[in-house]
Formats: sequence, C-alpha cells, structure tokens
Amino acid sequence: MNIVVLVKQVPDSGSERKLDSSDNTVARASADNVINEMDEYAIEEALTVKESQGGEVTVLTVGPGSATDAIRKALSMGADKAVHVTDDAVHGSCAVQTSAVIAAALQQLEYDLVLCGAESTDGQVSVMPALLSERLGIPHLSGARKLTVEGTTVRVERQTDGGYWMLESSLPAIVSTWDTINEPRYPSFKGIMAAKKKPVETKSLADLGVDPASVGLATATSRVLDFAGRPPKGEGVKVADEGDGAEKLVGYLAAQKLV
Amino acid sequence: MAPGTASLTRPRAPLALFDLDGLVAPEELAIRDTVRRFVDDRVAPHVAGWWEDGVLPIRELARELGDLGVLGMHLEGHGCAGTTATAYGLACLELEAGDSGLRSLVSVQGSLAMYAIHAFGSDEHRDRWLPAMARGEAIGCFGLTEPDFGSDPAGMRTTARRDGTDWVLTGTKMWITNGSVADVAVVWARTEDGIRGFVVPTDTPGFSAPAIAHKMSLRASVTSELVLDGVRLPADAVLPGAAGLSGPLSCLDEARFGIVFGALGAARDSLESALAYSQSRIIFDRPLASYQLTQAKLADMTLELGKGVLLALHLARLKDAGRLAPDQVSLGKLNSVREAIAIARECRTVLGAAGIVAEYPMMRHAANLESVLTYEGTSEVHQLVIGRAVTGMAAFR
Ligand SMILES: Cc1cc2nc3c(=O)[nH]c(=O)nc-3n(C[C@H](O)[C@H](O)[C@H](O)COP(=O)(O)OP(=O)(O)OC[C@H]3O[C@@H](n4cnc5c(N)ncnc54)[C@H](O)[C@@H]3O)c2cc1C
Repeated sequence: MNIVVLVKQVPDSGSERKLDSSDNTVARASADNVINEMDEYAIEEALTVKESQGGEVTVLTVGPGSATDAIRKALSMGADKAVHVTDDAVHGSCAVQTSAVIAAALQQLEYDLVLCGAESTDGQVSVMPALLSERLGIPHLSGARKLTVEGTTVRVERQTDGGYWMLESSLPAIVSTWDTINEPRYPSFKGIMAAKKKPVETKSLADLGVDPASVGLATATSRVLDFAGRPPKGEGVKVADEGDGAEKLVGYLAAQKLV
Repeated sequence: MAPGTASLTRPRAPLALFDLDGLVAPEELAIRDTVRRFVDDRVAPHVAGWWEDGVLPIRELARELGDLGVLGMHLEGHGCAGTTATAYGLACLELEAGDSGLRSLVSVQGSLAMYAIHAFGSDEHRDRWLPAMARGEAIGCFGLTEPDFGSDPAGMRTTARRDGTDWVLTGTKMWITNGSVADVAVVWARTEDGIRGFVVPTDTPGFSAPAIAHKMSLRASVTSELVLDGVRLPADAVLPGAAGLSGPLSCLDEARFGIVFGALGAARDSLESALAYSQSRIIFDRPLASYQLTQAKLADMTLELGKGVLLALHLARLKDAGRLAPDQVSLGKLNSVREAIAIARECRTVLGAAGIVAEYPMMRHAANLESVLTYEGTSEVHQLVIGRAVTGMAAFR
C-alpha cells in the first residue's frame, strides 16, 4: 500500500497573519509558518493504514524552500520520504494552477491512496482533492471521519452536519480527512532524529514537465483584489435587569437570529 | 502620550528577546517543541489540581513520556533515543515549566536509575530493565540519601553483607523520589569493599517503600522512605561497573545537568504568567505593567532568566563535546535554582493576593523549587564545590 499525503505549510492560525501589500498573496516571511493543522490528521491516518497494511508513506508538498520545516515534521511523525516541489514561478498560483502542479508530481509517484486535509487554514478554498480527482481520473471521497482499507477497496464515513454517509470506492482514490478522524501522534524523539536521514527529493516545474508560464499570479484564474481587516468589536450591549432580564436577553438573541 | 500608555512595540516573550534558537540544532528545537506541546496538552490543564491533591498519575504519564522517547533520552541503545545533552536539557526545561514534580520523575528515571544501569550494570541488567524503563512500563528509583546522611553520603549506614554467594541488604533510605511506585530500585550500600550499587526489584521480600506525607513542596511527585529489612539478592544484583562513591556521584552529575535547564523552566512559566497578569491588571487607572517599578522587576527577571539559559546552553555544549566537569555543573545548578526561586517569588509579588492561589503557577513553582534547591546537592554544597575549585581549599568538613 503506497500512500501519498499532501501537506501544505501555512502561517500559524494562532498568530497574526497578513497578506503581502505588494501583490495580496500570503505574507510568509513575516509569519510563523507551520504544517497545516488538518494535514496532521491525514498524516496520522496514513501512518495508521501503513502500520496495519505495510507499504510506504510519501509526503508531497508544493511550497517555498522554507516548507522543508513542514516536511521534517511529517517525516518525524513517521512518514518514509518526501517530495518537495519548489519553484519561484509557482508564487501566487490559484488552486486550479496548483492542482496541475500537484497532479504532475503525483503522476511521477506510485500511489494506491492519496490523503489530504479537508481544508487549509490559510486559503480555505477546500477544492484541492476534487480538482486532483478530476485531473487524475480517480475517485474522491471527501470529508472522512473514519477510513478503512481492505484489499483494493477504501471505505470512509463522510462527516456531514446531520450525521455521516458511508462511501466506498476502489483504489487508487483520494480521500480528504477532518480532524474528527483520529488524534495525531506527537513526533517521537527517535522519529525526529531519524527524519534528518530520510530522503527528500526536490523537484522544479521543469522536472515535472509543467510550463512555468501556466502557473503563477500572472495567469491565475483567481486573485485577491483587495482585503480589509475584520472591524474592531463594537461596544457590547448592556441589558439592565428590571425584573424582565430574561425576556430582554431572549429578545436580543432572537433579534440576532441566534435562537 | 502620557508615560505608560505608549505601546510602541509588540511585547515579546522574555526569552524571545535573547534570540537563542539559532544556538540550537533544528532537531533539538523539534524535540523541545514536542515536549512543550505535550506539557501544554497533557500536564498544564491538570497540574494545579494534582499538586493540591498531592498526586501525580505516574504510570500513565510514564507511558506517554516513554512513547515520546523522553525517558533515558540521552542514553544510547537499549531502546533509548540517544539525543544530545542539549536536547535533554531543553526537554527538562519544558517539563519543569509544567511542574518540578514531572521533571523529577523524568530525572530520576532517566538520569539516576537508567543511567546507573546503563553506565555500571551488566548486560543482563541492561537487557532486563532499560527497554522497559525507556518505554515507561517499568519505573525506577535511586536510593542514596539516608535519614542521617544527605550532603555527606559517605557516612551511609545501609549495609550489603555476603551470605554464601547472596547479598543481604539492611538499612533505610530517605527522601527517595518515585520510591513507592518503583519496580526497580538502584540502592547504594556499604560492603566490605566499600560502597557498591545494587539493582533491587521492589517485589523482593524485605523491601518496602512507604510514601512521605505532608510535603509542602514537590507535591506532584512521590517521595518515599526505602526500608531494606534483610533484602536477599543473588550475587549478580551488584552493579559490576561501580566501586566507591564515584558511581552514585556521577549519576547525580547527570541529573543535576537536567536541573540546570529544568529550574529555568519553572522560572519562565512564572515570569510569563506574571507578565500577562501585569498587562491586564489595572491599578490606579493604568496597567500594572506600565509602572516603572514593575518594569524594573520584569526587566531584571528577564535578564536573569536569559543569562541562566545562556549558561545552561554553554554547559550543554561542553557536555556534548565530552568536556563538562562536575565543578562546572555546580556553577549551573547553583545559578539556575537560586535565580529561579528568586524569580518565582518576585513574580508572586507582581500578582499581589492573586499570586497565592493555585490558579497561578508561581507559588507552586516557588514551593517546588525549595526541594530543587536542596536535592542533587544543596546550594551550600555547590558553593563549597565552586569555592574549592577557585581556592584550592576544601571546606566541606
Ligand atoms: C523532594 C526530594 C526528593 C529527593 N529525592 C531523592 C532521591 O530520589 N534519591 C536520593 O538519594 N535522595 C533524594 N533526596 C535527598 C536529597 O538529595 C538530600 O535532601 C540532600 O542531599 C540534602 O541532604 P539532607 O536533606 O540530609 O540535608 P543535610 O545534609 O542535613 O543539610 C542540611 C543543611 O546543611 C547544609 N550543609 C551540609 N553540609 C554543609 C557544610 N559542609 N557546610 C555548610 N553547610 C552544610 C546544607 O546545605 C543544608 O542547608 C530528595 C530530597 C527531596 C527534598
């Protein structure tokens, strides 16, 4: 069972995040960059499948040179090797362009299962697995909260607001996972030290046979035109209790359409 | 703008000001971050309650720490991770930012009990105990101190007498961390040929380890008496590699090294908590942090903390290079614990009354550090060690 996990490095959602004022792309240099939190669940799931079925877990990331930190984290959790696609031309790419790059990289790998997080905390576009499924012609099972593999069949429980759907497909397939699927392990110290020695293959767009002119901000299918910070919180509303406090509270909540 | 209302720069964490991460290798930082996250997730939410109740879920924590690779992390082979001393130090700092009791559990397991077996044990001792101890399935303790002999362990009264090929141990050890929960005790005793170490499975008849109650310090840690009432052991229970007091003293050097970093973790946690409090506490219409007297306290504490970490990192590099002498460990142990307890107490003053409740960590840290000041060589003993080093005159007796 060969599993590829898609991993993205994002600015830490717990710290202040900014867009670069020159081109409205994510400002990476000034941010604490971390592995996208949801991806840790995908890595954990890949490792769990590998532990029961054997095989290899490969991490695939597209990102700047500094994304090696995210790769190391994934390798220290127990992934076997990594492919790092890095090329200045990718800067500012939209999801559609990025999916072409990832698909080209996947085509150079052997995989039975591709796993990824259901969303990334930076762009939150959440379409990557669907785009890849289309480009690679493989089934897409989205939003898994449970995953089992038997022979060449994968089954997932797709989480929904009201409950879950049971989905099944043949392999190879791409599955996106939610944070309800498992509890990601901490990287063990042995894992951290072993990660240093695990193979990380760096590839450029030329290595993937992708035309640099087909990606990047200039030809992106979508781009950020403008942005504004969330307006500061207004003054709170004070409800004076003159024996009718409960009524006033419920009235307020109803007016806000909260009840 | 009026003084104190100006907010010209974004506040930085005290240690961030020193920009020390570049002194440490990426894997060492990754190890530190893993321990920090573990402590944040698994320890910080519960530790005040454990401390108040005088308990620590040792078995559970030991297994989780074993999974991470914390136990005996700086030892090579036998299931141990084999990290640098620097990584071990940084892990101790993060653990003690949680609680000194947690760091004590790890120090005693890894640097006292496992180290003794690793350095001085037979192959059979190592195979039997080290992998299980590294996984946290077996807990170890280290019995050197006695009721009447702490700073002067050479006076110990516990004896190991030959009976045929067997050994028979008789005596009492005191203040032994992990004693009541241990599966194996490394016990030091007087023989006809001087002081020797013994590997004692704690289910051996004649061994008992009642816990010491009513502690006002290190409450989230088990401290025990070891009673050895004619404990009969086979000939091969003795540690073949250690003869004389230098054996246990070299174990203590290992554990002390961890304290050089660990105590600073308690200081950092206290300082971060006091800083946050001082920024939100409004007194005479202004944040407490905006007053010059408060800033003098915060600045001085930040400086002592950073100096302490710099010294600790320097000692760690000496240790990784195989050049760290025991006298140098004394420099670090004395400085770190003395400054850490001063910082914890000063932080308590910043909080006023709020500083005395368990919701804030500084009082717990300060109380814990009273033990840390005493064990692994008291501050006075380390002053004597440094005094001997610089004068050439020993003043111990
Ligand atoms: C919570 C806790 C856990 C512990 N865990 C362990 C453990 O796991 N294993 C173990 O073996 N021990 C352990 N100890 C024991 C610890 O190592 C001893 O307490 C320590 O060595 C000091 O010994 P003592 O308490 O007998 O003090 P004493 O030696 O009686 O010292 C009393 C005072 O006299 C001072 N003093 C001593 N000699 C001199 C001198 N020459 N000149 C001037 N002043 C001097 C000391 O600095 C101290 O202030 C633990 C202690 C505590 C508190």
